[in-house]
Amino acid sequence: MTTKHREDLLRQMIRIRRFEERCVELYSSTKIRGFMHLYIGEEAVAAGVLGALGPSDAVVSTYREHGHALARGISMEAVLAEMYGRTNGCSRGRGGSMHLFDAGRRFYGGNAIVGGGLPLAVGLALASAMRGEPVVTACLFGDGAVAEGEFHECLNLAALWRLPVLFCCENNLYAMGTALARAQAETDLALRASSYGMPSWPVDGMDPLAVAAATERAVESIRGGSGPCFLELRTYRFRAHSMYDAERYRDRAEVERWKDRDPIPRLAALMREDGELTDAELETIESEVGDELTAAIAAAEAGPFEPVSDLTRFVYAEHAS
Amino acid sequence: MWWPRPGGRWGDVADFLMPSLGADMDEGTILEWLVKPGDVVHRGDVVAVVDTSKAAVDVECFTDGTVEKILLPVGEKVPVGTPLAIIGDGAPEPPQAVTKPEPATKPQPLASPPVRTFAKQAGVDLAAVHGTGRGGAITRADVEQVLAPRARRPEPAGVRVSPYAKRLAGELGVDLATLPGPVLHARDVHAAARQPVQAQRPQAERPQAEQSMRQTIAALMSRSKREIPHYYLSITIDLQTALEWLHEYNRGVGVQDRVVPTALLIKATALAAAKVPALNGHWVGGAFRPGDGVRLGLAVSLRGGGLLVPTLADPGALALNEVMRTLSDVVARARTGRLRSSELAPATLTVTNLGDLGAESVQGVIYPPQVALVGFGAISKRPWAVGDLLGVRPLVTATLAADHRASDGAIGARFLDALDKLLQRPEGLR
Amino acid sequence: MTITYREALREALREALTEDERVFLMGEDVGAYGGCFGVSLGLLEEFGPERIRDTPLSESAFVGAGIGAALGGMRPIVEIMTVNFSLLALDQIINNAATLRHMSGGQLGVPLVIRMTTGAGRQLAAQHSHSLEGWYAHIPGLRIIAPATIEDARGMLWTALEDPDPVLLFEHGSLYNVPGELAADAAAVDIDRAAIRRAGGDVTLVGYGGTLRTALTAADELAADGVEAEVVDLRTLRPLDEDTVLDSVRRTHRLVIVDEGWRTGSLSAEIAARAAEAALYELDAPIERVCTAEVPIPYAKQLEDAALPQAADVVAAARRAVG
Repeated sequence: MTTKHREDLLRQMIRIRRFEERCVELYSSTKIRGFMHLYIGEEAVAAGVLGALGPSDAVVSTYREHGHALARGISMEAVLAEMYGRTNGCSRGRGGSMHLFDAGRRFYGGNAIVGGGLPLAVGLALASAMRGEPVVTACLFGDGAVAEGEFHECLNLAALWRLPVLFCCENNLYAMGTALARAQAETDLALRASSYGMPSWPVDGMDPLAVAAATERAVESIRGGSGPCFLELRTYRFRAHSMYDAERYRDRAEVERWKDRDPIPRLAALMREDGELTDAELETIESEVGDELTAAIAAAEAGPFEPVSDLTRFVYAEHAS
Repeated sequence: MWWPRPGGRWGDVADFLMPSLGADMDEGTILEWLVKPGDVVHRGDVVAVVDTSKAAVDVECFTDGTVEKILLPVGEKVPVGTPLAIIGDGAPEPPQAVTKPEPATKPQPLASPPVRTFAKQAGVDLAAVHGTGRGGAITRADVEQVLAPRARRPEPAGVRVSPYAKRLAGELGVDLATLPGPVLHARDVHAAARQPVQAQRPQAERPQAEQSMRQTIAALMSRSKREIPHYYLSITIDLQTALEWLHEYNRGVGVQDRVVPTALLIKATALAAAKVPALNGHWVGGAFRPGDGVRLGLAVSLRGGGLLVPTLADPGALALNEVMRTLSDVVARARTGRLRSSELAPATLTVTNLGDLGAESVQGVIYPPQVALVGFGAISKRPWAVGDLLGVRPLVTATLAADHRASDGAIGARFLDALDKLLQRPEGLR
Repeated sequence: MTITYREALREALREALTEDERVFLMGEDVGAYGGCFGVSLGLLEEFGPERIRDTPLSESAFVGAGIGAALGGMRPIVEIMTVNFSLLALDQIINNAATLRHMSGGQLGVPLVIRMTTGAGRQLAAQHSHSLEGWYAHIPGLRIIAPATIEDARGMLWTALEDPDPVLLFEHGSLYNVPGELAADAAAVDIDRAAIRRAGGDVTLVGYGGTLRTALTAADELAADGVEAEVVDLRTLRPLDEDTVLDSVRRTHRLVIVDEGWRTGSLSAEIAARAAEAALYELDAPIERVCTAEVPIPYAKQLEDAALPQAADVVAAARRAVG
């Protein structure tokens, strides 16, 4: 892996982290409303998976998707303006934090129904297969989705039809407040996926290099026509399920233990060790990200509101006739 | 409304505000302060525990600095956005700093959104209204009480009227209070508007009904005579050609298909009305509204006395034998009280034929909102100049009563002339 | 020519598959079996397994895959065996198909057609007799159509496929064997307007799908008694063609709605409400509704008959309205 690649991963993770830290503040001061699910701690997955995809590949995501959206190339302004409910948001303020879309970047959303995105990914892959396009559809979802019927229906269908889907399970150990072991009889999720006859393997989701390498390997296999793959990305969210909760369902010491594996300092340390990063370079990255964020907030706050007279637009296609 | 400084920042000093910790959180209570004045804090440090009413949540601050002052004691519930503490650079507290939390919103009188809207539209300040609802809530009635007290019009008791009937009654000038219940439909209003004598219901059983019907007719006809400036024209029509033609026609068909002269007169009237549309329609809201096609009201005398005026939809468009069939059908059903609703639809022009009773001519009263009424007297043989000779011919006197607001005499004359011409060419009425 | 409703649907499928290579049919037993109700019989042989795709019994997955494929540029036709099974795909239909355009601020569209059998009357008991089309008609973002005639069975599919939004097409199970005349040059029909299937001036009977026949039978009986009923076939349940219904009410002043859904919170309630909102002063009698009894559909014939709207019920309701 090149230095440039590592730096890209680091920068991407820092972008996502700093962006979300500001989101917390903006939410607390009521600038952002609705449900907001933070990705802090899981950045290695977004940076690693999304970074390994090409522009014609498709992405289906979940409601914890700020990181995915940013890593897919949707601008901070478009994501933040969406959370501000402005028309310069990536869904014109109709979606909010949980429903980020960008048709041009083939980013098919933010889905607030656990497991609800998997069938869409199967269908997108079916379309590309029927059209003979060498495209991979990456479908991101959490460990909670594994308990849903749609998960099993979709893995079966994708494997049965050998569809080009990359299933990416972000296993952060909790479905909201329910620990994996309290909800799943078999907690080895890669093992379960493999029962559908597709290559499945677990990955250290706190290590962006491992995530990137695993994704590249899977994408290559899928593009080669051998059907879907499943990655279990073992990760952890440092913050509450949605903005704030009392965290009664997990031990604070556990959170602290996982914070020791924070992917950002981890990669930074590795790069320093290998002589690929200096403090000055890191500061430059931080300051560039800070500038990007400041500009994004200003643009979001300046964004126009959709007039209420347009309330019922985008329910059906707007015909020319 | 009072609100903290924008962004919670002022100079080097930042207010630490009650954060919103969820989509449904509007206020919160400090359960515990984890910092005290003088403590150095960093962005992201947990500084307090807040009860959101759903859970106790650790809250963090978003600035680096020194806690200068705790503004809100433990246990007090305040709205989101209320300053809780001042975090500064360690310098003494600036004099402008907010020292006491205030509620972000002043208490508002209790009232439901619809009542609020109603009060707003009526220009009533809810603060000035005494609430009599549950928990002192202001009800709609309370707001109405403030508005000029209005005597409520009593609901008419007992009789229920269909919405359509109510609308028609307004249009036809029928006073619903005079009609018997328990339920009034459009047909009752039509009947009241056109029936001089109520004959559908046995008199013995409904003396009161008949009485009130009489009054309704009185009201309607009075209205007609009061409001409609009638003008009258008449013409005597030689029916020799028409009746001879009809005789021939009837020789060519079976008994059941034979046609009586009345059918011929009806069809001719309908066609004449189509040619002179200014007489076919309604006077509504101060203007003439031409009829959408010719719907001919036909006065049918009833054996038990009285009459009904069923409507024939566009008889001009029917073949003569169909006009005849419709005519006998309608007359028969009118006399057995089985008219269809379409036959009770409002007519655009009415024909009355009193010839059966021997009357020579009719000077009719127009049924509002129609603008004309055509009358036929008896067909009788009378002396008549034909060319320069005196002959005996079957004649009928056709009269026209018309509304001078909607038409002038020349129009009426044109109508009668058209009627005459149609009857002189009976083959065109086939 | 005389063909059945089933054959008309099949002709429509065949035409769509022939005319547009983006079109494919997907569902349970649509291929080798020929369709649970025989609608797609022979299409597998004609178009091959790529375009006539038998799916596992995974309603959520294959309906959602239809949505995804539509997003990906295809024009899928998804067959759900019966409306009851559509409940297993409710998440995909309502949370995805109906919302994606709006949630994405107009960036995405879901040009998908979902066909399913609906309705009771064949002694299939409570889990195979639902009429939930009115329920789906509650959802903004969906278009709901219900062909009641041979011509519509033949002509609605193509128009639905051309629609840039998801269309749910409900085929009443009792109609498949019904024969009818179809012009040799029958083609696509609109899916916007209700149709007056019989003119009359005394009372308006509103039906759709399976209840159109009930309404027409009732109208025949009423005519023998001198009451001329106008019969309106809704055809499209969402968006409702309110104008055609209300124009008829303005002529007849009486409204009877025949709906195989349950009365409470039903499509019939919606139509009645709209008549009350927009044509109250045209009504000369209370609105009558003939709906399915508020009971899961029972198996025994006499009970099922009693539960469902019958022509005699419609006649009685119309007589009450006419007075």
